[in-house]
Amino acid sequence: MKLVTAVIKPFKLDEVKAALEAFGVKGLTVSEASGYGRQKGHTEVYRGAEYQVDLVPKLRIEVLVDADDADDIIDVIVKAARTDKIGDGKVWAVPVDTVVRVRTGETGPEAL
Amino acid sequence: MPPDVLESLNSGDTAWVLAASALVLLMTPGLAFFYGGMSRSKSVLNMMMMSFGTIALVSVIWVLYGYSLAFSGDVGNGLIGNLDKIGLKDTLLTASGTSPELAFVAFQLMFAIITPALISGAIADRVKFGAWMVFVGIWVTVVYLPVAHWVFYFGDTSKTGDGGWLADSVLALDFAGGTAVHINAGMAALALALVVGKRVGWPKEQMRPHNLPFVLLGAGLLWFGWFGFNAGSALAANGQAAVAFVNTQVATGAAALGWIIVEKLRHGKSTTLGLASGAVAGLVAITPACASVNPLGAIAIGLIAGALCAVAVGLKYRLGFDDSLDVVGVHAVGGITGALLIGLFATGTVTGILTPESDGVNGLLMGGGLEQLGRQAIGVVAVGAFSFVATWVIAKLLDVTMGLRVTPEDEVSGIDQAAHAETAYDLGPSTGGGTGALAAAVAAAKEKPADKPADRKVEA
Repeated sequence: MKLVTAVIKPFKLDEVKAALEAFGVKGLTVSEASGYGRQKGHTEVYRGAEYQVDLVPKLRIEVLVDADDADDIIDVIVKAARTDKIGDGKVWAVPVDTVVRVRTGETGPEAL
Repeated sequence: MPPDVLESLNSGDTAWVLAASALVLLMTPGLAFFYGGMSRSKSVLNMMMMSFGTIALVSVIWVLYGYSLAFSGDVGNGLIGNLDKIGLKDTLLTASGTSPELAFVAFQLMFAIITPALISGAIADRVKFGAWMVFVGIWVTVVYLPVAHWVFYFGDTSKTGDGGWLADSVLALDFAGGTAVHINAGMAALALALVVGKRVGWPKEQMRPHNLPFVLLGAGLLWFGWFGFNAGSALAANGQAAVAFVNTQVATGAAALGWIIVEKLRHGKSTTLGLASGAVAGLVAITPACASVNPLGAIAIGLIAGALCAVAVGLKYRLGFDDSLDVVGVHAVGGITGALLIGLFATGTVTGILTPESDGVNGLLMGGGLEQLGRQAIGVVAVGAFSFVATWVIAKLLDVTMGLRVTPEDEVSGIDQAAHAETAYDLGPSTGGGTGALAAAVAAAKEKPADKPADRKVEA
């Protein structure tokens, strides 16, 4: 099993979600995040004073998937989240040892 | 009431002064939102509390001795009133103009409230609440009451020289408080900000406004209440009130435009904070002038004040004083602008609107000489200098005796928690309460399997 994590532009959530559902992903977790990459934030102006805002609002999507599907799912997310502009985000996967479904106690791939 | 007092009262004027008093009161909660939105989320309650605390404290002071010192007679030279009306003695059955004296007491009270509340914007995030309240009590007594007497007390209106020295001897025009309220609060804010010092991390670290819709809400409430402030200062429902009303509206619109135009030119974008700030700058600038200029003059004053204040708020970064929410840049600069521009734009038609021939004072650009401009300058310098020096001394004394600032730790972690044991916002689902009781109920249900868990009965 793998945990696929994607940090994306907030307005891309619906497209990514739809693409993942179409692929057959049954569930995911979304949380609000902030950070920066190469784009290095943006500038805001308050009463003439310029503020360099380093941390840009992003969404973090987490999906637990079967190890064999991981590459395809990463592909699906990248395609759906891409705008070709700087700040599109990142996607990565890490191996997962244990998964338990809280309601039933099922473990492993059954719990996905 | 004695028959001659009853005869002198006019119900229309009384109704307007009472309604205007309520309008002016609303400005201070409006100010709380205006400032609160500009502060950081961890200190918004403290910011708003400074305004609301001022409402509570000054209301009491006003009855005890405040009104008397500002508006009861004159101890000599137009510097301060006497103590004949402490506890509002001898005001219940008397008239002030065509309204009961108590209506005037209420109206002027609201001015005495908002003036110190305005100062609070300079010291966001970092001053002990108790120290602020003590400061307000002393400042109102030592600074506001004398200045209100200088500017707003006319004594016997049929002659000059027996009222406040600026109003009745110098003959400076300040219809609704450009000097007594705005220059006074603005210069006090400068002195207080200098004594209190910068916020931890300012100006290197960025302190963005946390809620701009609050700022716009506050600006809207201020704008609305300001009709009471300016048009109400006619103390009668007459032509002077009407011209002040219209001037207040158009100067404010023009100033908002002036500010966002400057922004557009400098940064390429017009901002909501800029529009709200411009509107307040316009309201400040037209305050002294609203019964001296015609509506075209009001537009000119508004545009100039809006543009000038938009530039002035940048000064604190160059000069290095942390006037956190720009009380100096908006209220001192706006007030000075309005007070001086009377000397240029005053027109006899408006300054003499209550006389049959409509002949009053003219400003330099309206066919008058330099005389009125000189009187205005005396008013500006006298109030500004007195306020700055007196406030600096008061603040220094308080800093040495009780200490003005919270600890740096409390300031950084948030003064709301440290000073008031509260936080403004609780938006997370996990902190909404009930989770502990629910867990207990679930545990109890497990111990007694006979109970129906479907009831979801939660015991307190």
